[in-house]
Formats: sequence, C-alpha cells, structure tokens
Amino acid sequence: MTVRLYIWQRGTAALMLPLVLVHVAVIFYATRKGMTAADILARTRGSVVWASFYGVFVCAAAIHASIGLRNVLTEWSPLQDRGAGWCAIVFGLVLLMLGLRAVFAVVLA
Amino acid sequence: MIARRLDHRKNLLWIAALVHRLSGLALAIFLPLHFLTLGLAINGEARLEGFLRWADQPLVKVSESALVFLLLVHMLGGLRVLVIENLDWRDGQKQLATVAAGISAIVAFIFLARVL
Amino acid sequence: MSDPQAELTVALWRGAAQGRYETYRVPRRASQTVLDVVTYVQRHLDPTLSYRFACRVGMCGSCAMTVNGRPRWTCRTHVSNVAENGRLQIGPLENLPVIKDLATDMRAFFEKWQQAKGTFAPSRTRHDAIEQIKPDSPARIAADAAIECINCGICYAACDTVRWSSDYLGPAALNRAWSLVSDERDSGNRARLAAVAASGGCHACHSHQSCQEHCPQLLNPTASIAGLKRRTVAAYLKGELKP
Repeated sequence: MTVRLYIWQRGTAALMLPLVLVHVAVIFYATRKGMTAADILARTRGSVVWASFYGVFVCAAAIHASIGLRNVLTEWSPLQDRGAGWCAIVFGLVLLMLGLRAVFAVVLA
Repeated sequence: MIARRLDHRKNLLWIAALVHRLSGLALAIFLPLHFLTLGLAINGEARLEGFLRWADQPLVKVSESALVFLLLVHMLGGLRVLVIENLDWRDGQKQLATVAAGISAIVAFIFLARVL
Repeated sequence: MSDPQAELTVALWRGAAQGRYETYRVPRRASQTVLDVVTYVQRHLDPTLSYRFACRVGMCGSCAMTVNGRPRWTCRTHVSNVAENGRLQIGPLENLPVIKDLATDMRAFFEKWQQAKGTFAPSRTRHDAIEQIKPDSPARIAADAAIECINCGICYAACDTVRWSSDYLGPAALNRAWSLVSDERDSGNRARLAAVAASGGCHACHSHQSCQEHCPQLLNPTASIAGLKRRTVAAYLKGELKP
C-alpha cells in the first residue's frame, strides 16, 4: 500500500464514521414494526438531503472497500500490486454504479 | 508429524485485526446485494415491498442483526486504528478492542430484539 | 525411582524448509534456560544440530528461536516458565528461510533495514560545533523509546504482515527508521520518508501489535510505525514526498 492509497482509504474511513452512525439510526427507524416499502420511500422520494447523504456514502464506500479489497488480495491471494489493483478498480466501479443506481431508485424513480 | 505452532495468533489484538478484515470482506460482499435490493424500487415500491415482507422471517432477521454487528465492529475497530495512527500512543488497546466488540454485540442484540 | 519432572521431552526442528521435529530427552536442571537445553542436545545427544548463540546473557539477540509457538530469546527464557507438562517445541524463527535446523538466513531482515534507510545520515562534521540535543525534547524522547533494538528478528518473526507480504519492510526496520526520523541530528529524512512511504512501507502495517507483544526490549514498533504514517502523510500533503 502506498501513501496515496493509504490517505484515500483512511480519509474515506474517517468521513464514513458519522455516516455509519446516521445509517445505523436509519436502520433502526426503517425496521420498526409495520414500516412498509411505501412508508420508507415516502420519506426518501424527492429528498435532496437523502440523495446527498447516501450519494456521498456510496462514493466513500466504493473507494474505501476497493482499496481494502486490494490489500486483502495482495496479502491473501497470489495477486500482487497490478492484478490486485485492477480487481479493486473493477469492484469499486461495480459498487459505485450499483450504489448510485440504488440512490436513484429511492430518491428519484 | 508434529504441527508447527503459531501462538502469536492467540493475541487478542491479532484476533481483533482478523475480525476487522473478515467483517470488511463480509460487508464488501453484502454491499452489492444491498444495492440491488434497494434498486428494486426503481420500478415502484411493489417489488421492494415484496422483498421486505420476505425478509420478515426470523432467519433473515438474525442475518440482518449479524450484519449490524459486522458494520459496527468494523467501524469501531477502524476507529481504534485511526486513533493509533493519528493521535499519540495510548496503552490499553486490548481493552479498547474488547469494548468495540462489546458495543457492537449489544447494539446488534438490541436490533434483533426489536425486529423479531 | 524416576521423577517424571526430572526430564524434558524436547522436539527440535531438524532440516531446512523440508524437515521434521525430532524428539530428545534432556535432564532438567534448576534455573535452566531453553538455550541450555539446545546446547545440551548438541553437546551430548546429537552433534549435528545447528543453532546460533553468542553472548548468552540477553544482549546480542543471536539466540532467538520459536519456543512453543512464540519467538523468544532462548538464553533469557527459563524452561520452568514455558515448558508444558515437561514438553518443549523449539523451531527456527518464522518468516526467514531456514539454513539448517534452528539457524535462519537473516539477510532479508538486514537488507530491509537498509531499504528503510535505517542508517544514520550525519548533518555535521567533526569541524562543526557539537549539536545540543535536549534529552527531554519530544523528538528525543520518541527516538529514545525506539532506539534499543538489537536486531534479534523476533518482531519480524512474529509479524503476520511480514508473513503475508514479502516486500513488507517489517517492524524492526521501520522502528529504526522512526528513531532516525526523530533524531534532530540526522539529515537523511527526505530519502528515508520516501523509502517508508513506498509499497511495502509503513502503510502496510495493520497494527496487529504482535511486534510489541513479543519484543524482549519492550519496544513498540506499532507506535513507531504510526509515527511514520503521520510524518509521511504530512510530507505527502505538503508535496515533499515523491512516492
């Protein structure tokens, strides 16, 4: 791991500390007995706040998880810097696309 | 054939690092599935509602509780590492790691109690 | 009448990368150390056993081996503290190629020391005034906390990041780099920070703390490496680092 990757990984980690806490609170709220999909979506639809919050969260998670995956691959698999780097980039892009699609689905669709 | 021993892996902090890594991997595997599920809402709420009702079964709720544990233990373990790396050294790392795991377990348990 | 506690059953690694543990019976003595046990085997039971030692008083670090799964200085490890029901398993240090039996090839360990720029780069000559260093300055306290390393290799053997990542410089080399980074007399920090910020440098450390847990000098390479992480990030953000 180089200093640049380290900064991005630790930086997104620090950014996500408050985001995870809010998300856990959201999880508790959304799983209350009797909450339907309609109830949840009624709160997210058209919300700039939720779009921004989860948009940022998705981007940070995609960066953080892909660099983490790269580390695991270089240490626990035969892949080294280049191979692991490419796998990480692909994984990060998959997370980014699926994540932003999910944000779109609950806010705008 | 006498097996070679690796007793340094009995160190609590090594185990904490392993939990941090495995929880990260588990969350990385879970996340695309989570995004796909939420993406069900793209064509209206009916399919998402169908999934949520399927997810009402106890076994799914237990799995969700495990995910809450994994998310929190990964975050709190990561916070402990961020403190080591960015602030002056403090002793008591084993205690901090234990507290992180304990808080995660308690919150996951509370979640489970609420949803079951 | 035989006393079951009068003898130790000792499994010693014989061979190199391929090999096996062979069992020897060694008389138990008061205040016996693990090094005494290994020496007894070589002198009285099997002269073909290969192992290293030098000072035998805990100053040189040459006698480090894996004892019942933990890397230790064998000269400072009392059998009474580690024997489990009169049994010992002794092998070479981990994470290093085995030359023969209990002796490892430590070249990689020392080469990484050089790679991490773990050597002092003077900033003054004998013709300059002696630099005044206050022993209670924060930098000197940080350097002193890391400086007593005798290169025994125990931290390197205990570190799983070393095991999993062949280019990881390891706790000892990075700890020494930190002691020099903290040394106000040293002039080599530009190259040194670049060396420890590269792939395999300080950022690969996961803070397992196995190094700190096993260091016989009670050093804390995890803390030293954290210090390097802070300094390299600051240097990088200021554009002083070429990664």
